[in-house]
Amino acid sequence: MSLQQSPIEPSPMKQTGKPTGIKYFLKKCTEQKALLLMSIPFVIWLIVFKYIPLYGWTMAFQDFKPARPILEQEWAGFEHFTFLFTDARFFEVLRNTLAMSIINLVLGFVTAITLAVLLNELRNLTFKRIVQTISYMPHFLSWVVAASIVSYALSMEHGIVNILLVNLGIINEPIIWLGVGEYFWGIIGASDVWKNVGWNSIIYLAAIAMIDTEQYEAAEIDGASRLQRIWHITLPGMKPVIVILLIMNLGYILESGFEAQYLLMNPMNMDFAENLDIFVLRYGISMGNFSLATAAGIFKTVVSFIFLFSANAIAKKLGEARLF
Amino acid sequence: MNLLSKVARKHRSLDDLVFDSINLVFMLLLCTVMLYPMLNTLAVSINDATDSIRGGIYLWPREFTFFNYEHVFGQAELLHAGMISVLRTVIGTALSVFCTAMVAYTISRQYFVLRKFVTLAFVLTMYLNGGLIPTYMLMRELHLIGTFWIYIFPGIIGVFNLIVVRSFIEGLPETIFESARIDGAGEFIMFFKIALPLSLPVIATVSLFVAVGQWNQWFDVFLYNSSKEHLSTLQYELMKILQNSNASMSSKTAADAFAGSQSTENNVVTPTSIRAAMTIIVSVPIICVYPFLQKYFVKGLTLGGVKG
Repeated sequence: MSLQQSPIEPSPMKQTGKPTGIKYFLKKCTEQKALLLMSIPFVIWLIVFKYIPLYGWTMAFQDFKPARPILEQEWAGFEHFTFLFTDARFFEVLRNTLAMSIINLVLGFVTAITLAVLLNELRNLTFKRIVQTISYMPHFLSWVVAASIVSYALSMEHGIVNILLVNLGIINEPIIWLGVGEYFWGIIGASDVWKNVGWNSIIYLAAIAMIDTEQYEAAEIDGASRLQRIWHITLPGMKPVIVILLIMNLGYILESGFEAQYLLMNPMNMDFAENLDIFVLRYGISMGNFSLATAAGIFKTVVSFIFLFSANAIAKKLGEARLF
Repeated sequence: MNLLSKVARKHRSLDDLVFDSINLVFMLLLCTVMLYPMLNTLAVSINDATDSIRGGIYLWPREFTFFNYEHVFGQAELLHAGMISVLRTVIGTALSVFCTAMVAYTISRQYFVLRKFVTLAFVLTMYLNGGLIPTYMLMRELHLIGTFWIYIFPGIIGVFNLIVVRSFIEGLPETIFESARIDGAGEFIMFFKIALPLSLPVIATVSLFVAVGQWNQWFDVFLYNSSKEHLSTLQYELMKILQNSNASMSSKTAADAFAGSQSTENNVVTPTSIRAAMTIIVSVPIICVYPFLQKYFVKGLTLGGVKG
């Protein structure tokens, strides 16, 4: 336990060892009872609300019946996992999850980085700040509002998207965007960009701000063009931040989002819209199959961990910045 | 030097001009895409509902009316939902920010014996969580389902916010705390009298994050309290309207012509007009607040992102 090794103690009593450590620890505790009083209640809160639910994972290995007491459930082994991995619907759900997640990840990264770079090139600082403020706005709106806006913009008769596309002659007649499953992933990707591109660009702008300005001056004297400076100075300067964020996001590879999909889903696009979270909700809450839903949830967490650690290991090998 | 760069600048001025123009056009386009949907919704919300069915409302109402808003504010359930939204935002934010700051203070003290343990315990939950179903079961066991407190308790401390505040307090000059300690101040005094007041910028940021999160939340209402009318919130009511109109849209019946058209005298509301008015109502508080906190949250986010 990390709580027993205090960094201040130089450990002069190697022979007596642990008792002194515990005694020292207890002495520190009485000295710092104010700090303990301020933090321990919240550690208890943390255990109750975040760690006890982990015990609920046992449900995945049981034939969980809500009416029965928790300790008297019947064990089912890996039955639910077997069912999951032989279920055709589960693979469809997995495909949707991965597809939307990857589309969101790639689109999110590319657009936020591009926006940050272009914002950085703006010379009028007032204009820059106005653009930034406007671009953050959708991030603060709820997904309910965003979904409402998206579905209205895509609607058949009055949707601005159809009106624009028809008038520009790109399509001949209005499309029921949300009624065709194949369009759904793109719609989610675009909505996500609309909502978060400004917000996500903040961290990249901060990274750009840390680049040494002398590099730009030197490049300018050497006659490098704007695009060359972006390509050879700005982007490489952002690389550590990009790598760290990429690693963090790979840990969330099975988190394709829930709210957007759930709110924009309808019976016509459901085969492309249902992702793992909606699957868990549907099986668990709506159909009462707690065990299967929990199994799917565990699958998600385990895969996320594998991705996170692999990405971190790869970054380490490549000598890039890493998370831990 | 100065001359040299001047020459260099002149040399590529055409190049630069092209780049700047394209960039400007791009930025204007971006702003349009970000703003248009809200402005359009606003226009629909102050346009006569039956007239809106004809379409063609873009940035300006054709038949101006406040009736959609009057209708929304005239409904007791919606007013009640609004009150619950405000309550959960105020109570949830106050409690969360205070508790987060307090724990952040303890783990910012380098000498705190449990510093590493507490930090790790919190950070781990960022990647490890029980998931939807076990959490649901827990809430049932705790008898929080069907109560107002389910909006508050599960989210008292957000790990990301905790790290942001901790980083900020760690950045405060240690000498202030030292001299207070010499003057005999205890940890509580140092927290209330020094750490809290000096952390106002980051407190503002975290308050914004928490308040927006609380105000925008609809999923916990849907999951835990969907059968409790008196605990519904504005976002959840808007979500129900959205779901209804989505359902009718996919079955291709003209949504506006039927679903719940209520007329009083010659005024009529439609799901579209109500949805527009509600969208504006739930968005306005946020849109009015966030620009003023911009410099704080940009800083807070950067700090948390780099150090987290």
